[in-house]
Amino acid sequence: MRLQLNGAPIAAQAATLAELLDAYGFANAKVATAVNGKFVPATDRADYALSNGDQVEILAPMQGG
Amino acid sequence: MRDFYGTALPGGLMLGTAQYPSPAILADAFRRSGASVATVSLRRESGQDRAGQDFWRLISDLGVRVLPNTAGCHTVKEAVTTAHMAREVFDTPWIKLEVIGDADTLQPDVFGLVEAARILTADGFQVFPYTTEDLVVADRLLDAGCEVLMPWGAPIGSGLGLNNIFGLRALRAHFPDVPLVIDAGLGLPSQAAHAMELGFDAVLLNTAVAAAGDPAAMAEAFALAIRAGQLAAHADPMEPRDMAAPSTPLLGKAFLG
Repeated sequence: MRLQLNGAPIAAQAATLAELLDAYGFANAKVATAVNGKFVPATDRADYALSNGDQVEILAPMQGG
Repeated sequence: MRDFYGTALPGGLMLGTAQYPSPAILADAFRRSGASVATVSLRRESGQDRAGQDFWRLISDLGVRVLPNTAGCHTVKEAVTTAHMAREVFDTPWIKLEVIGDADTLQPDVFGLVEAARILTADGFQVFPYTTEDLVVADRLLDAGCEVLMPWGAPIGSGLGLNNIFGLRALRAHFPDVPLVIDAGLGLPSQAAHAMELGFDAVLLNTAVAAAGDPAAMAEAFALAIRAGQLAAHADPMEPRDMAAPSTPLLGKAFLG
């Protein structure tokens, strides 16, 4: 399955958003997720099935004004 | 003292966390500023270095309240989605709502701002809207459920200070019970003192401290200026007058000439 992860194309085996985060080492990280522009709460990641072409965003705390 | 969604912020300073020369200098600036709120953001987590996780540990150690922003959002949808993501990551209902309408001035899109504020307030957020000093927009934001207003002093990062004193004074007079924060555009501590003298409850700044040659010293300078402005505002300043009025008594003046 081909996805966009934070704007970069990837080939992923993950069936769900939770599996994708796990595969990329974000399982226990302080991050928030969105797929195709919609927020996906942490509690929904395990049940969120990914589809070919999905655009996944993984955001983390960052400096801001 | 007016509070911010039930939280008192006696120091009157909200300080940004961007553009510091190093994490250590950021921490030092916060210590010397006495700021009780740190503004933060959300961005894509980079591959291996996990900068976001390190940054979060740094902020957690400051012992201040965090105010996440929606900086860089140009649409209501972007801002609302970012707010939801920020609420989950930072575990706070507070959101500094920015909906940018112009790329050159970073002026808020006040129409989108009101719409996003209404959506987020209905969803349980406590919204700190980055707005202009426009009275009608302020009214609409309050109608949308905002209990705090954050008018700009000048464009973000410009350091120009308070560009519309009349408008800011009018805003203060029209909404005497609403907590008001000058957000953006301050460059010098004297400008922060002026904001507080006008009766504003706090200032929010970032670049003026972070881009100073000595950020920690500048942070302390802002803290002192804010304190001076607070004291002055509560001391009931005299009314300016057009004509001179001698301060030294004339009674008893010797005839010497």
